[in-house]
Amino acid sequence: MFYRETGQFKTSYAADQQFFPIRQDRIGIALLLLVAFVGVPLFATDYWFSAILIPFLIFSLAALGLNILTGYAGQLSLGSAAFMAVGAFGAYNFILRVPGMPVIPAFLLGGLCAAAVGILFGLPSLRIKGFYLAVATLAAQFFVVWALTKFGWFSNYSSSGVITAQDISVFGYGVDSPMEKYLLTLVIVAVMAVLAKNLVRSNTGRSWMAVRDMDVAAEVIGIPLMKTKLLAFAVSSFYCGVAGAMAAYCYLGTVEPDYFTLDLSFKILFMIIIGGVGSILGAFLGSGFIVLLPIFLNITVHPLFSLLGLDVSTAVASNLELMVFGGLIIFFLAVEPHGLARLWQIAKEKLRIWPFPH
Amino acid sequence: MAREIGEVILDLRNISLRFGGVKALTDISFDVRDHEIRAIIGPNGAGKSSMLNVINGVYRPQEGEIIFHGEHRRDMDTHEASAAGIARTFQNIALFKGMSVLDNLMTGRNLKIKTNFLQQALWWGPAQREEIEHRKKVEEVIDFLEIEHIRKTPVGRLPYGLQKRVELGRALAAEPKMLLLDEPMAGMNVEEKQDMCRFVLDVNDQFGTTIVLIEHDMGVVMDISDRVVVLDYGKKIGDGTPDEVKNNPEVISAYLGTQH
Repeated sequence: MFYRETGQFKTSYAADQQFFPIRQDRIGIALLLLVAFVGVPLFATDYWFSAILIPFLIFSLAALGLNILTGYAGQLSLGSAAFMAVGAFGAYNFILRVPGMPVIPAFLLGGLCAAAVGILFGLPSLRIKGFYLAVATLAAQFFVVWALTKFGWFSNYSSSGVITAQDISVFGYGVDSPMEKYLLTLVIVAVMAVLAKNLVRSNTGRSWMAVRDMDVAAEVIGIPLMKTKLLAFAVSSFYCGVAGAMAAYCYLGTVEPDYFTLDLSFKILFMIIIGGVGSILGAFLGSGFIVLLPIFLNITVHPLFSLLGLDVSTAVASNLELMVFGGLIIFFLAVEPHGLARLWQIAKEKLRIWPFPH
Repeated sequence: MAREIGEVILDLRNISLRFGGVKALTDISFDVRDHEIRAIIGPNGAGKSSMLNVINGVYRPQEGEIIFHGEHRRDMDTHEASAAGIARTFQNIALFKGMSVLDNLMTGRNLKIKTNFLQQALWWGPAQREEIEHRKKVEEVIDFLEIEHIRKTPVGRLPYGLQKRVELGRALAAEPKMLLLDEPMAGMNVEEKQDMCRFVLDVNDQFGTTIVLIEHDMGVVMDISDRVVVLDYGKKIGDGTPDEVKNNPEVISAYLGTQH
C-alpha cells in the first residue's frame, strides 16, 4: 500500500538511472544506514560487534567479490578464500615492512596483491568454462595456502605460520574496541558496495553480463573477451582480498593460512547461491543467512526443546542445528532457485500492485 | 525510391571454408555495394550463415580474399569487423537474456564508450555524462523500433517476435555502416514480418545502412532486395536482380528439383 511509485515521474535520464529510482527505497536505505551507523553503535554489545556484525559485513564483502565474478561475469570460481588469504597476508606484510604504513592503504594494497593473483589464476578462463574453470581455480586455492605455509617470509618467519595483526589506527585515531572496528568495517564495506553497484550499472557491468549470457554475441558486438574476463577476476579478487585483510585486522586478530581453506571458499559460494547470483543485495542477504542463521538457531533450538518438554543433550542440539540449517537451505532454494534477492524482488513487485494480482 | 546505390564496399573473392573434411563454402565470389539491400538465399545447409560468419570474422576461410573499403585481407577479425561498423543479428536469437532491453541495446554501444572502469566505479562525473549521452542515442533506436513499453523488461521474458526486434535494435545501437541480418523474419507471422520489413527498409533508407540479409521467405526477398545471391551446397549458383534470379534455371532446379 505504501510501496508505490505512483506519481513519481522521471523527467531526465539522470533521474531514471539513479541508484534507487523509487522514493520508498531511498527512504528505506537511508533509515538502514542510519541504524547501522548510529543506532547499532549506541545499543549493541561487544559480543554483537565481534561475533555477529563484523563477520557478517566481512563475508558480505567477500560474497560481493565472488558475485562480481560468478554472478555478473559468469565465471565459476572456487578460489575466493585463497584471494582473501592473499589480501590478509599482503596487508600484514605492507604494515610490517613499510614504516608508517596507514591501515586503509594497506588494506587496498593487500587487495591489489589479491587482484594480481586473481588475474594469474583467471588466465585459464580464456580457454575453459563452467565446472572445468571451477576446477582450475581450485589450483589457486591449494597453491596459495601451500605457498603461504611453505615460505616463512610471508608470515615473518613465525613458527606455525600464524600472523598476529598489528594494532591499527586511522588518521591517528586508534581502532581498538569492537565498536571502532565495526565502524571501520562498515565504512569500507559501504563504500565498496557503492562502487560495485556503479560498476555493474555501467558499461563494465554490461560487458560482464554480456560475456556471461552469450560470449559469441558479445565478441561480435566488439566486447573484448580476454580483457573483460580478466577485469572481472581482478575486481573480484580485489574485493575478496580487502575482505581477507579486514578479516585479519578487524575480526580475527590472528590468522594462519589454514583458516582460508576450501571450506571457506565453498561457504562464500553458498552465500551467493542462497543470497542471489548476480545481485549486490544478494551478497548481503546470503552472508546474513549463512553467518546469522546458525547463531539464531543456536539461541533458539535449545529453549524451544525445553519448552516442548523434551530433554535434549547439547550434542544432539548442535546436530539438530545443522539439520535445521541444511533443511532451510533446501527449502529456500526450492522456493526460489534464484535466491533470497529474487524473493525480495518478487515481494516488491507484488507490493507495488497490491491488492491486485497483476 | 530515389535511393543511390554506391560503389562496391565489400568484395569477397574465391572464398572457401572447410571444417575438417566438410566443405561449407567452395570458391564463392560476390560483392556488396554501398547502400544496397543484398539478399543471400539457398536451401538449408547451403552455407548462408557461414557466409555471414566469414564476413564478420567468426569463421576464417582457408582460401580467398576479402576486400573491405579497398583494403585487401585474408580474413576478418570479429573485433576489427565491429570496429569498422559491421553489426549483425543471429539466426537463433543471441540476446543477453538476463539483461533488460535497455541494457542489451546499451551493450551495442560498448565500442563508443571512452571512460575506463575506475571512472565508471566512481560514476559521478565523466561516466555518468557518457552514460546519459549514449542513453539518448539508444532511446532514439527504441523510438524507431517502437519498443518503448518494454525497455525495462528482461529480454528472456519477451515473446519471440519482440526478441528479434530487440536484437535488431542492439545491432542498430552501434550505428553500423553495414548490417548483417541472419533470418530476421524466421518464425514470424505475417504482421510481424511486415513490421520487420518496414524496419529493414527504413534503416536502409533513413540511415543509409547497407544490408546483407539471409531470408527464406521468397516473397520478402524478391520484394525488398536489390540483388540476390543464391547458394546451394556451398557453391554459388546464381547472382543478380530478383527477376534474373527468379528465372535462372539452376536456381529453379535447386529449389524445386528437376524432372528426370
